[in-house]
Amino acid sequence: MANLQQQAGAMPASPLGPPPAPSAPPAALAASASPPAPPAALAASASPPAPPAALATSASPPGPPPAPPATGGASAPQRLMRPRRPLAHAGGGSPLGRRIARNWQLYVMIAPVIAYYLVFHYAPMYGIQIAFKDFRINKGIWDSPWAGFKHFERFFDSYFFERLLTNTLELGAYLLAVGFPIPILLALLLNEAGSERFKKFVQTVTYAPHFLSTVVVVGMLMIFLNPRYGLVNTMLVSLGGESVNFMADPAWFKTLYVLSDVWQTMGWSSIIYLAALGGIDPALHEAARVDGASRLRRIWHINLPGIRPTILILLILNVGSIMSIGFEKVLLMQNNLNLASSDIIDTYVYRSGILDANYSFSAAIGLFSAVINFILLVTVNSIARRAGGSSLW
Amino acid sequence: MPATREDRAFGIVVYAVLGIVSLIVLYPLYYVLIASFSEPLKIMNGEIWLWPKGFTIDSYAKILDNDAILRGFLNTVLYTVAGTALNLTMTVLAAYPLSRSDFVGRNLFMGLMVFTMFFGGGLIPSYLLIKNLGLLDTFWVMILPGAVSIWNIIIMRTYFQQSIPPEIQEAAVIDGCSSFGTLLRVVLPLSMPILAVTVLFYAVGHWNAFFNALLYLSDRPKFPLQLILREILIQGQTDDMVRASTESAIKARQAVEGIKYAVLIVANIPMLLLYPFLQRYFVKGILVGAIKG
Repeated sequence: MANLQQQAGAMPASPLGPPPAPSAPPAALAASASPPAPPAALAASASPPAPPAALATSASPPGPPPAPPATGGASAPQRLMRPRRPLAHAGGGSPLGRRIARNWQLYVMIAPVIAYYLVFHYAPMYGIQIAFKDFRINKGIWDSPWAGFKHFERFFDSYFFERLLTNTLELGAYLLAVGFPIPILLALLLNEAGSERFKKFVQTVTYAPHFLSTVVVVGMLMIFLNPRYGLVNTMLVSLGGESVNFMADPAWFKTLYVLSDVWQTMGWSSIIYLAALGGIDPALHEAARVDGASRLRRIWHINLPGIRPTILILLILNVGSIMSIGFEKVLLMQNNLNLASSDIIDTYVYRSGILDANYSFSAAIGLFSAVINFILLVTVNSIARRAGGSSLW
Repeated sequence: MPATREDRAFGIVVYAVLGIVSLIVLYPLYYVLIASFSEPLKIMNGEIWLWPKGFTIDSYAKILDNDAILRGFLNTVLYTVAGTALNLTMTVLAAYPLSRSDFVGRNLFMGLMVFTMFFGGGLIPSYLLIKNLGLLDTFWVMILPGAVSIWNIIIMRTYFQQSIPPEIQEAAVIDGCSSFGTLLRVVLPLSMPILAVTVLFYAVGHWNAFFNALLYLSDRPKFPLQLILREILIQGQTDDMVRASTESAIKARQAVEGIKYAVLIVANIPMLLLYPFLQRYFVKGILVGAIKG
């Protein structure tokens, strides 16, 4: 996997330059799946149960900080602390205290960021308690009366519960089944295209939709599928078929969601596999060719096993986040006519919480979904680890 | 070794499939472009396939006449510029200390940030917080809640650690440079590529964002372009755009169809102009993250 670097370094005029040498932990690979994408993807680079340690080691070159100077020029960051020793005497107090005091400016720097995290990420966690309370705006979060599991029970008993859960899981599974293999196939095919220019062209084209906003993609879907004037329906009619009102038909919703998602993301998602393919030792292909293996066989026996760790990691991430599908897009595609098929947990939380102001009830549903998500990720990961494959942590 | 017949056939299949895939991705985008320059009636009759028919820039003229779209565009530019500036500052402020191994507590701080990727308050508590802070319907609500992303912090921190020679920083310290001085005079001037990547990441995010605006803004003059787009394309609220004119109902109906295509192009003009850079830097950013994450 360290070979990813070759790919990066080989790119024309790489402004980032080839990195020194650390081989990427498989987890790190996954993290790159799609930067603006699911939080779970980010998780990869951090390993939750032991976040600090994992981060420190995965990022810095060999050797923990207190390594002997014998490492020579190898370890970059740790050198920073060595020549400062004479200064340290002036400080007094414990060595730790001195080290903190000496770098006070660093704490000033990071203070606004920590403040941001406390206010915008940790303060809402404090607000989760309203899921167990009867929240009243005039009383505030703390003073609202406790309600126990009332809201959860109401949700589980409600007529919506089954529909929401089914829709959420179905959409997630559908997206995984179709959306996951296609980027792999695309990368394998791109890797086989001999002409560099053709390859560049296909990449330029397929990466493009990644930069369109969700609103734009759904907007395009709406105008192309317009029952009277849309391109798709005028084509259907001219071929002798009948116009279909796709957006209003619950039966079509999930397919439209998945296909438009594939259209938008397949190119971008293939980048990571393409990079992994670039790292496969060409000698393997040479040897196989000498032995008379066809291209198809070489793909099957060399390329696929070569990117297996990457595939596994991304699969874990995708299965783990099966419940947290692109909720913004579902919300945009949703209308009263396709609601039977398009209503998922997150959109329901939005409707009942923000639009109808059922704060406590919606917070309970949101918490339910977040907990399920977390359990899924942990479970899938432990299965993968027990199966001897890769794991995030 | 000569290619076997099987291999040559396979090669042809590869090119054919990739060609079809490119066509499927490209054609809808191309169609929007040619339709935006065509006479709406011809679009509605399904006459347009490969090039514009009844070439006209009427649809664009109508957009320029429309205050909502223009204001949305300007708002988005404002949110993007201000938001990206704040994002970049915050990212640097977090990434630099975290890149220093002599920074006591960096694992603690990192853990604090990373934890938020796994667990958060969720939609409703976040909304209540914004409400309690009095940020609803303000300019700041478009900037502050997403002030920094842990992903970009990690990428930048890794770059600082691995691409800036520590000797240079040491030299600066010995010459009496403070941490702020080292960051501003030594580290940042050497980090232009990663700063560019970060700016692009954030800017594209701001340009395309609509959900925070949907949640937190109800004051129409503050709407970003994406919300206006949503009204026009998805909710079909285009009445005000054509009602003012003296056109007949049928003509108005046609104009609306043309406007939809043109507004798609207008909304993505910055993206089109930046695409060559975006593609190059984004791919690089993604790979840096992959290698060094």
